[in-house]
Amino acid sequence: MGQGSAVDLYEHQGKELFARHGIPLAEGIVAFSAEEAAQAAEKLGGRVAVKAQVQVGGRGKGGGIALVASAEEARTAAQRILSEGFRGTPVTRVLVEALVDIADEFYAAITLDRSVQRYLAMVSSQGGMDIEEVARTKPEALRRTAIDPILGLKPFQSRYLAGHLPEPAREGAGRVLAAMFDLLGAEDATLVEINPLVLLKDGRVLALDAKVTVDDNALYRHPEIAELRSAFPVDPTQAMANEKGLQYVKLDGEVGIIGNGAGLVMSTLDVVTQAGGRPANFLDVGGGASADLMATSLEVVLSDPAVRSVLVNIFGGITRGELVAQGILEVLQRVEANVPIVVRLDGTNAEEGRRILREAAHPAIVPAATMLEAARRAVELAHQEA
Amino acid sequence: MAVLIDERTRVVVQGITGKEGTFHTLRNRAYGTNMVAGVTPGKAGQSVDGIPVFDTVAEAVEQTGANTSLILVPARFAADAVEEAALAGAALIACVTEGVPIQDMATVVNYLRGTASVLIGPNCPGLISPGKANVGIIPGEICAPGPVGLISRSGTLTYQIVHELTQRRIGQSTCIGMGGDPIHGIGFVEALERFEADPETQAVVLIGEIGGDDEEQAARFVSEHVTKPVVAYVAGFAAPPGKRMGHAGAIVTGSTGTAQAKAEALEAAGVQVGRNPAEVAELVQDRLAKAG
Repeated sequence: MGQGSAVDLYEHQGKELFARHGIPLAEGIVAFSAEEAAQAAEKLGGRVAVKAQVQVGGRGKGGGIALVASAEEARTAAQRILSEGFRGTPVTRVLVEALVDIADEFYAAITLDRSVQRYLAMVSSQGGMDIEEVARTKPEALRRTAIDPILGLKPFQSRYLAGHLPEPAREGAGRVLAAMFDLLGAEDATLVEINPLVLLKDGRVLALDAKVTVDDNALYRHPEIAELRSAFPVDPTQAMANEKGLQYVKLDGEVGIIGNGAGLVMSTLDVVTQAGGRPANFLDVGGGASADLMATSLEVVLSDPAVRSVLVNIFGGITRGELVAQGILEVLQRVEANVPIVVRLDGTNAEEGRRILREAAHPAIVPAATMLEAARRAVELAHQEA
Repeated sequence: MAVLIDERTRVVVQGITGKEGTFHTLRNRAYGTNMVAGVTPGKAGQSVDGIPVFDTVAEAVEQTGANTSLILVPARFAADAVEEAALAGAALIACVTEGVPIQDMATVVNYLRGTASVLIGPNCPGLISPGKANVGIIPGEICAPGPVGLISRSGTLTYQIVHELTQRRIGQSTCIGMGGDPIHGIGFVEALERFEADPETQAVVLIGEIGGDDEEQAARFVSEHVTKPVVAYVAGFAAPPGKRMGHAGAIVTGSTGTAQAKAEALEAAGVQVGRNPAEVAELVQDRLAKAG
């Protein structure tokens, strides 16, 4: 359930927020090495779960979680997880958590539902299962209700949501729901998900997992959450783009793409694909792009060794054509372009931009009159160069 | 006729004394829009190239008869600005500001349900009724008056498609940029309702993209309530699942929200879907000729 630009927190980061808002947890310690994991297991009594900290799901089935009975076993498990990574992403830390005696497992989540412009709270009596699958195969196990952002989560809604759980779990689950909604509001989260939420044999209800997604438009009022991002692995090209405020997504094709505005860039990806090429990236220089931003964008795209041609597709609204042209020429003085750059300019001052490029007559620059022509040329050139 | 804005539109600009605010206010005025007032708290009594500045929207409305607000304030003040405009009775509020926290917008849109105000945006280019009024940042020179109503989730892609239409001598009644955020003001359905009722509009263009279910809702509405021809474009066929593509709203999760699913839903409702911006304009040309 993707909800806009967002920061997906690691489980242990989410659990720090849980603790702050009073959601009960199993005892846990974060470990950055096998040795630390062994020490943590020792402290927690030996019987622990060693859990890879990653931003993707499916850890249970994918070998990202090991249940062990001793500190030694915890060391071995942590060693394996830290060295292998999980589904292609590096793992820099594990959460070592004391095992608990589970009587029953459930699911609880509150998320922003864009289609009704309200929050949506859901509780399922089936824990550990993918919620979409529960909705499809066992809809009677799922209760959901919309929450008005102005009214907030009301006690009757919590009672309803938890009302189909076994009696001993209801009160605890209701308290967890209230705390989840507090967290959502206080931390600008767009998703808080607990899968599984468990009832222990001693009657306590606690969160065994934590998935929290925070709206990055709101990070200015949560500097401590913004700080958490430094824990995530980043590709160096990505980091360079992000630093300049460019929206860059690496893809696996050979035609580098630069455009202004997310919709136009996505559309450019589509026409390149239709012309038989494969986009190497998504790069949005944003509104009001300056010569400097244009230069950085080109530098980012040219630094990708898979790129065989570049397509610059700019429709100037606030962005001015002559600045785009200047930016392209500026970077070509600093960086050697060993691939052709197809440029299509339209909109504000495009005439002036095209004139600047024509007069510069740079050998790497290939002008194109329309978006479709530009896509065809870029694909052709990428295949020639290959 | 046009929808939402026309010659009777009187605009108050919230954030008029900022760099962007001043630039776009004067650009809209040069287009011929009645830019009657500006608001920047603490700057009452000043003026921007002859346009009076007030401390509050309520004062601006009272003294200049403004009926529409254009918001160009920084993101952290945007929600407050929208609520202020609604309280002052602005019939239409266009919020261009991008980067507004989602939670702020969730509160605002639910608050607006109890008022008479209509919101466009945030994170949008605003709207234009060519030859009549331009409220926002859409470049007026690429538009021309005519029979096509257009609504879009994207900014520059809108310019691209409007440009393709204008080059084929197909003008527009009103072009609305609804914005790219997951929680937003009016969308496809509300725009279709207005275009269907507008005698000048003969065909409607919807420009969608991956993520959410706005296009699917539009498809249902078209099949039940729209008699005019509708042509659509959906961006993001080549977008890989799970990756965010710039717009806050543009993300695909699993098979829901994909460009393919949206195009199929629209086609099932009798909406023709162009494969690229140029083809969209060709389809519109074709439909207008047949109707013609």
